[in-house]
Amino acid sequence: MRIKCPYCGERDAQEFAYLGAADLARPDPEAEDASDAFYEYAYLRDNPAGILAELWYHVAGCHAWLRVERDTRSHVIHAVAYASALSEAGD
Amino acid sequence: MRYSALALLSNAISGNRGWAPAWRKAEPKSTDYDIIIVGGGGHGLATAFYLAEVHGITNVAVIDKSYLGSGNVGRNTTIVRSNYLIPPNTAFYEHSMKLWEGLSQELNFNCMVSQRGVLNVLHSDGQRNAYARRGNAMRLAGVDAELLDREQVRELIPFADFDNARFPIRGALLQRRGGTVRHDAVAWGYARAADARGVDIIEHCEVTGIKVENGAVRGVETTRGFIGARKVGLAVAGNSSRVAALAGLRLPIESHVLQAFVTEGLKPLIDNVVTFGAGHFYVSQSDKGGLVFGGDLDGYNSYAQRGNLPVAEDVIEGGLALFPNLARLRMLRNWGGVVDMSMDGSPIIDKTDIRGLYFNGGWCYGGFKATPASGHSFAHLIARDEPPDLIRAYKLDRFKAGAMIDEKGMGAQPNLH
Amino acid sequence: MTSAARESEPFRLPQGGLIDRDQAVGFSFDGRTYRGHQGDTLASALLANGVHLVGRSFKYHRPRGIFTAGAEEPNALVELRRGARQEPNILATVAELYDGLDAQSQNRWPSLAFDVQSVNSVLSPFLTAGFYYKTFMWPPALWTKLYEPMIRRSAGLGRASLDPDPDHYEKASAHCDVLVIGSGPAGLMAALTAARAGARVILAEQDFRFGGRLLSERLSIDGAPALDWAEAAIAELKSLDNVRLMPRTSVFGVYDQGTYGAVERVNDHVALPPAHQPRQRGWRIMARHAVLASGAIERGVAFGDNDRPGVMLASAVRSYVNRFGLAPGKRAVVFTTGDDGWSTAHDLAAAGVEVAAVVDTRAATPSQGHPWRVIPGAVVEHASGGHRLRAVTVRQKIGATSEIPCDLLAVANGWNPSLHLTCHLGGRPNWDEGIEAFVPGTLPPGMNVAGAAGGHLTLAEALADGARLGAGAAAKAGFNLPLPPLPVVDRTESAGVEPHWRVKGGKGKAFVDLQNDVTVKDIELATREGYSAVEHLKRYTTLGMATDQGKTANVTGLAILAEIAGRSVPEIGTTMFRPPYTAVSFGAIAGHHRGKEFRPTRLPPSHVWAEEQGAVFVEAGLWLRAQYFPKPGDKGIDASIAREVETVRSAVGVCDVSTLGKIDVQGPDAAAFLDRVYINKLSTLVVGKARYGLMLREDGIVLDDGTVARLGPEHYVTTTTTAMAARVFQHLEFCHQVLWPELDVSLASITDQWAQYSIAGPRCRDVLRKLVDPAFDISDSAVPFMGAVELTVCGGLEARLFRVSFSGERAFELAVPALYGDAAMRALMDAGAEFGITPYGTEALGVMRIEKGHAGGPEVNGQTTAADLGLGKMMSTQKDFVGRVLAGRPAFAAPDRPALVGVKPVDPSKRLAAGAHFIPLGHPARVEHDQGHLTSVAWSPSLEHDVGIGFLALGRERIGERIRAVDLLRGRDIECEVVSPVFIDPSGERTRG
Repeated sequence: MRIKCPYCGERDAQEFAYLGAADLARPDPEAEDASDAFYEYAYLRDNPAGILAELWYHVAGCHAWLRVERDTRSHVIHAVAYASALSEAGD
Repeated sequence: MRYSALALLSNAISGNRGWAPAWRKAEPKSTDYDIIIVGGGGHGLATAFYLAEVHGITNVAVIDKSYLGSGNVGRNTTIVRSNYLIPPNTAFYEHSMKLWEGLSQELNFNCMVSQRGVLNVLHSDGQRNAYARRGNAMRLAGVDAELLDREQVRELIPFADFDNARFPIRGALLQRRGGTVRHDAVAWGYARAADARGVDIIEHCEVTGIKVENGAVRGVETTRGFIGARKVGLAVAGNSSRVAALAGLRLPIESHVLQAFVTEGLKPLIDNVVTFGAGHFYVSQSDKGGLVFGGDLDGYNSYAQRGNLPVAEDVIEGGLALFPNLARLRMLRNWGGVVDMSMDGSPIIDKTDIRGLYFNGGWCYGGFKATPASGHSFAHLIARDEPPDLIRAYKLDRFKAGAMIDEKGMGAQPNLH
Repeated sequence: MTSAARESEPFRLPQGGLIDRDQAVGFSFDGRTYRGHQGDTLASALLANGVHLVGRSFKYHRPRGIFTAGAEEPNALVELRRGARQEPNILATVAELYDGLDAQSQNRWPSLAFDVQSVNSVLSPFLTAGFYYKTFMWPPALWTKLYEPMIRRSAGLGRASLDPDPDHYEKASAHCDVLVIGSGPAGLMAALTAARAGARVILAEQDFRFGGRLLSERLSIDGAPALDWAEAAIAELKSLDNVRLMPRTSVFGVYDQGTYGAVERVNDHVALPPAHQPRQRGWRIMARHAVLASGAIERGVAFGDNDRPGVMLASAVRSYVNRFGLAPGKRAVVFTTGDDGWSTAHDLAAAGVEVAAVVDTRAATPSQGHPWRVIPGAVVEHASGGHRLRAVTVRQKIGATSEIPCDLLAVANGWNPSLHLTCHLGGRPNWDEGIEAFVPGTLPPGMNVAGAAGGHLTLAEALADGARLGAGAAAKAGFNLPLPPLPVVDRTESAGVEPHWRVKGGKGKAFVDLQNDVTVKDIELATREGYSAVEHLKRYTTLGMATDQGKTANVTGLAILAEIAGRSVPEIGTTMFRPPYTAVSFGAIAGHHRGKEFRPTRLPPSHVWAEEQGAVFVEAGLWLRAQYFPKPGDKGIDASIAREVETVRSAVGVCDVSTLGKIDVQGPDAAAFLDRVYINKLSTLVVGKARYGLMLREDGIVLDDGTVARLGPEHYVTTTTTAMAARVFQHLEFCHQVLWPELDVSLASITDQWAQYSIAGPRCRDVLRKLVDPAFDISDSAVPFMGAVELTVCGGLEARLFRVSFSGERAFELAVPALYGDAAMRALMDAGAEFGITPYGTEALGVMRIEKGHAGGPEVNGQTTAADLGLGKMMSTQKDFVGRVLAGRPAFAAPDRPALVGVKPVDPSKRLAAGAHFIPLGHPARVEHDQGHLTSVAWSPSLEHDVGIGFLALGRERIGERIRAVDLLRGRDIECEVVSPVFIDPSGERTRG
């Protein structure tokens, strides 16, 4: 599998570390239901057979965290972007 | 027909024309079943067998979207063991081991249970301590375990790298009762035995919906029409999230691909199941002579039943690091299975919030060895609507309580388990 | 020629073929020596010498010959080479002949001609498909003692060497615009077209010679022998800079995003690889586009005893006659279901081999006027003979049978496109009614299929496909060139075939899978027993699971299954083709990552110096660290460790701790950031001070610990444990980039940039004083406990000094730029000489941390909470931090959670062992009484007994209680006293003072 890192170019996936579904927003720790929200955030997954937005870290490259949209059935990659930019934009 | 040497003999004389189908090709009934098991793999078929055998419930259907045994029961590396650290796991897998030990006779189907020993090679003092902790946990639970020193390991695998290794062999944990079981035979044996007790095994019947009325399950919609039942058990590891989503459930599970490999057939070489402790590699030799081996997950979510080269390289590098004489042997076939990776690396067998809907999954890469105990326990849970003590820790909501069963201590990141 | 004996090659034709008749080559098979030629395969050289019996089948040990002339061979498997280089299961049909080649037959005893286990063939009515599932169950004890060992002993074919392979392997990567797989007419045309357009082309060919089927067929292109065209094409490709020609290279797998796995057999065609050359090279080829031109594989017919040596695929016969210039028999019969077999008859006749008959299943056969007998509408129903074919029985449509003596039967039954690679990403093939074969279905992204691999079996189609797809692939990569005029093919080929999968009624065994001895009867039995799904059939009968992966068996098996079931082949389906296309050696996949080079070795800055001191090293992850420094007079490792500990506690010692992860954190929000990732507050840390820090995972479990030093208002330096360095850095980057990108903070891993030494012991400041430049005050008031300052040493070298202690002694950690690490260690040792300084290794480090009750790897193991470690109070209540919320879950507060305690043996002479479990006195050692376990143990030189730390249920309330440390594995049961985990200097005076 190869991922087109926006900074480094296309590289083999073995240069990257995988985290899982790209749940960019950490729940509000002060909220009333924080413990439920954190439980869901940390443990529950959609796990679709289809396109999944996920987080990859370019550990052997530029150290960027990337949000990758990839089809879990075919491994075809549809989009790659910096997670930081999306997170800051509130995506 | 009962299988025996005599049956083989009489059939040999009559041109082998007397054999009957191992199981009927059942069609869905129009009336309700007592219980529907979704998933005709090892766990689903075992569940059906024990429902009939132990609980006397035979109005049962096992339905599968493809042919029987098409999932991980036919894709794994056939290893059985009960060398677990955390008490609920140790007890559960030991129960499974005990069931394995009598399974061929119980099913009247030779599953080729081969207790050739599982040898976990260790490479550092820290690893020895960790294995000692695990081995002692096993012994306290009545499970066999031995801690071997380097020379004892050499007696078992003399051709391993004892001279030039990057991570020298310093000993091993050995469970002699561990070993291998012919995987397909497990599916077929359970299917045949369940069928003989009246269970309907319905192949090529994919669940497209789970019908729920007033918070209780009513049956399943399938590609072959609606099939009714008041109790439905899901045993579809690999696809748990997809099927559970039909009932609106979101699970603490990711689907990952785990690759497996086999070499060309060789004369007997590796007697035990051997795992490498300084990398990702484990191996056993099949009864046909191929070295069946595997290693780490590819590490990303996938339903593709195949992996990529880097993991194959990692696994084979580990193989050569342990056994430098394997370099000229050849990998013949490489495949992938989709496994349910749970958030703590341990399975889930529990009721769900929907009355009559039961869940069995999250087996990670340990599903095959669990097959008998999983079926046995799941049948109990469904039949009595109450979990047996053995699986009380395998709760669906244990993460909410913080009661993880995390053998490896990797936390809620499934690809690290 | 090196071999002794020389024999003539009685079956070599007087002329023709592509072997080098000037280069004779000696080789041996089963100890007998023979002669062959450069350009031969082992199979062709054996056939030239009239050797047909070359192997035994897997189950029945039937005598077997050479069935094919390629990588699809099911029968002719041999052991090649000897000793450490012995390789089992080598295909004689692929193995390139070299001088001195040494091969042996396999899976036979005592000899190939007389194999005791061939008795299995007689027992075959019992040894049906899956017979072992039905028996060997009673009595159960015999399964373990007798049946299973018996089954396992009969496993396998060839024998593996027990010695390490002395040869080298390489890994390599290549990138290209167009990867062409296969160099037959389609592949050559595709490569030429793409290359002429300017695309970067790789042409990979599994054979040692380019040309594919053109090497074996008497065809013509542009009015000349087709081979001339191929030679010209190859010459042109060789002349182009944008082309890489890779002979002896099998593309074995297709992976995601245009990645292809290939293995190049660099030196398998010589006796030994030349110095500094690999035996094989494993390639990862990244291709924007690929043209699969892998050809097709001919298929046989299942009839009685169709496995007799001398029964061969018709195309293989042509290969042996035309390419290798030999006669595979003296008197041949051709059995064909299409036009293809007729080519073989023509080629045999042209080579002077007697063609006794052409048996064609079709009523209407091609034109008349052949010198041979034609039997239309007939089948071969049986082959007789033992070690060699003697005659075939032909049954005509009317039912009359006749026996035709012959020693060669060429079988042609249509072709199966070699579409395996198209299935590697999940594509399923389609059934083509025209050629009655599977053709590629969904293709991997970027791949197209040309020629026979795509079901286009004629030369004209191959050339046209190649040109079109080569140009198309180049165009997609941005290289456009108009299609060239196609070469003219002046013979009208016909691929007409009416396949005949099995012949009913003949006696003997009708084999479908030759290697695994799967017969038509086995398929019938499997169907009868309900194993009629393709995958069930395969698994129940082992059809297609031999070393050839069913290349000549699968489709035939499927078609027979369909016939039995009364359904069409596409209704039955197909099995999945998986990588690799042909088997790949472990060596080629591992490359140099073997032995000591299995994984990289990281060396800390003082490594060379430590080697000079005679240090003993130990692996710590990828690091190699000094474990201890033996001195003359030390009585073993324990004495060395004790000496190092005692010296540190009484004088001073130095230890390389550069392997600790070091992270530089800078920016206006550095303090706020650290507050969010550590459980304790770090924003309150004053410049010039350090603090112990603990971080959790989001699930509330401890991730790692270390020190955090504040060097400036916006500048922190943190350390991690050695093992967790990479994971912690990744975690911090995650927190920064994903969770809180709005924080203005920058992170840099500086683990490799700074050498760091712990200088520990009462005299540590005395040593440092000699190194630190005079302008800097390092007195207690200037650098108190947990002080952290930047200064210079050794006359201006920038350095950092942290007054932190892991050993419990007064200690500093000195950091200098890594390139000065070696010099700094030498300077420290020189400066410390007068104070009796000792270097100490990881063992002494470990002893002292256990004596102090500091948690290390065995305690911070991903299962423990801050409270378990006795550090619950560090969790700040004034701020949020990663892991805080989930650490509040009920199970984290369970009263019986094991907590960190110390234990010491009541009898100080008793030895403890880590991994022992805690069992209360008076209770049996059973899981229900398991109350925890010992994580770390050391012999304390200071206390002169073993000390241990571990987790004990309700531990902190049980100080003073007695407990047993039970180690059933090593037969120890030691009564211990539960004590504080801090064994030495609990008040911390020595550290601070």
